[in-house]
Amino acid sequence: MTATIDNHWYPVAMISGIQAPRETLLLGKKITVGRERGTCWVKDASGNALPTVERFGHLWTSPGQPNRDLFTIPEADSPGRRLVDVGSVKVKCSPLRAVENFLDIAHFPFVHTDILGAEPHTEVDRYDVKIREEVDEVWATKVKFFQPQAAKSAEGGITTEYMYRVPAPTCSVLYKTCPPRPGEWDVITLFVQPLTDEWCEVWPWMALYDDDSTMSEMVSFQQLIFMQDRSILENQLPRKLPLDPGMEVPTQADMTSVAYRRWLKKIGYTYGAQLVAA
Amino acid sequence: MILYDYVLSASCYKVRLMAALIGKTLSLHAVNFHPAQEHKSPEMLALNPKGTLPILQDGDTVLTDSADILRHLTAEHPEWRSPEDDRWLAFASDLNNSLGLARLHDVISYEADIEKARAAGVAALRKLEAHLTEQRFDGLIFLTGKTPTIADIACFPNTALAPDGGVSLDPYPSVRLWMRAIRSLPGFIEMPGIHRLHELAHPA
Repeated sequence: MTATIDNHWYPVAMISGIQAPRETLLLGKKITVGRERGTCWVKDASGNALPTVERFGHLWTSPGQPNRDLFTIPEADSPGRRLVDVGSVKVKCSPLRAVENFLDIAHFPFVHTDILGAEPHTEVDRYDVKIREEVDEVWATKVKFFQPQAAKSAEGGITTEYMYRVPAPTCSVLYKTCPPRPGEWDVITLFVQPLTDEWCEVWPWMALYDDDSTMSEMVSFQQLIFMQDRSILENQLPRKLPLDPGMEVPTQADMTSVAYRRWLKKIGYTYGAQLVAA
Repeated sequence: MILYDYVLSASCYKVRLMAALIGKTLSLHAVNFHPAQEHKSPEMLALNPKGTLPILQDGDTVLTDSADILRHLTAEHPEWRSPEDDRWLAFASDLNNSLGLARLHDVISYEADIEKARAAGVAALRKLEAHLTEQRFDGLIFLTGKTPTIADIACFPNTALAPDGGVSLDPYPSVRLWMRAIRSLPGFIEMPGIHRLHELAHPA
């Protein structure tokens, strides 16, 4: 394993869910996660303590030596938001496939029918994508899409605006129109723990403005959406995400995915990826 | 009628599906089964000491067994009942304890002897395939006859969700045809992992 891959931060637990020490995998290696007197810890297979960060309701660790702090989401700190621990779902797919699926809008009418999309509103209009060199993140902005039920708090169909952000190779943050507060963005994240290069544990987390729904309703909504993706993800081929063009033919709607793959290749993040020999 | 519901539960889906097929509206109360284990909370245990879902509340009646709930919902719908139902409702629990358990293990990390759960699931699927093939020889598509009953609704969810637990449905053509017949029923609703038939199946 190269330092390029080890030196990132990875989510390994939901803090409110840590009870007895629990064994899990990170990048194919056994680790143990636990909590003592309110402080979370992570140990590798030899019993060595790994660095930890507690942020966004989750515990993060790194098997290497991260050269920068875990990213932040300043919008999530604004008052009045409800922070939603969605819990994890395991998926037999490359961690990079899980992130890429989260970045895709075109599948909404077909996989999340009548919720995040519906026929005949299938067209994805042109949007802006770039790799922001100064922060080393992928951003897609001005993404607009018609949605029958954009969120638990939405009443009827609306055109939703999205911004997508990839602040770390196995994490994505999306900002979307907040139905009850049009001037604000709802924040929905996908934190992916790579168990192996073809198996992951996915920890969605949300920071929403929604004064009406119960916490259980918001959790149910997000689990419903994510489980609609799971069977699709487990059947995607090739199993590993191809970083070189040629294996798959992208379309206009896939610009975010193209940028994500290009960025992974640029930073040398190849865990769960497939490179074609030149 | 209030259904205490978990969106990813196969047993809760049986109830939602049955109600949809007979045109009955349920008031859904979302329970955070995972990750918060809200079904074990004091409020929920007061309603159902077993700490399980689904729970159907109809006035003073509280039902906590999905087979009982299916019978209750169809009490005035004899077309959804057959004398053969009971054995299939029992078979539905076998599916839940095998395929259903494998699914909870693979998706939300339930503790289970996964190989044993999958093997029991495959054994159950073979029985189902054999029976449905016999039915087809007799010109019947559903478990107990020409039309669906609560037997079909009880057995459908954990069967259809088998791939979530790592069990393929490819070897069972009669099971797949039967699932397609259920998905074609007027009023059918989906759940995550069970997709509705694409409209190409019903060209205008």
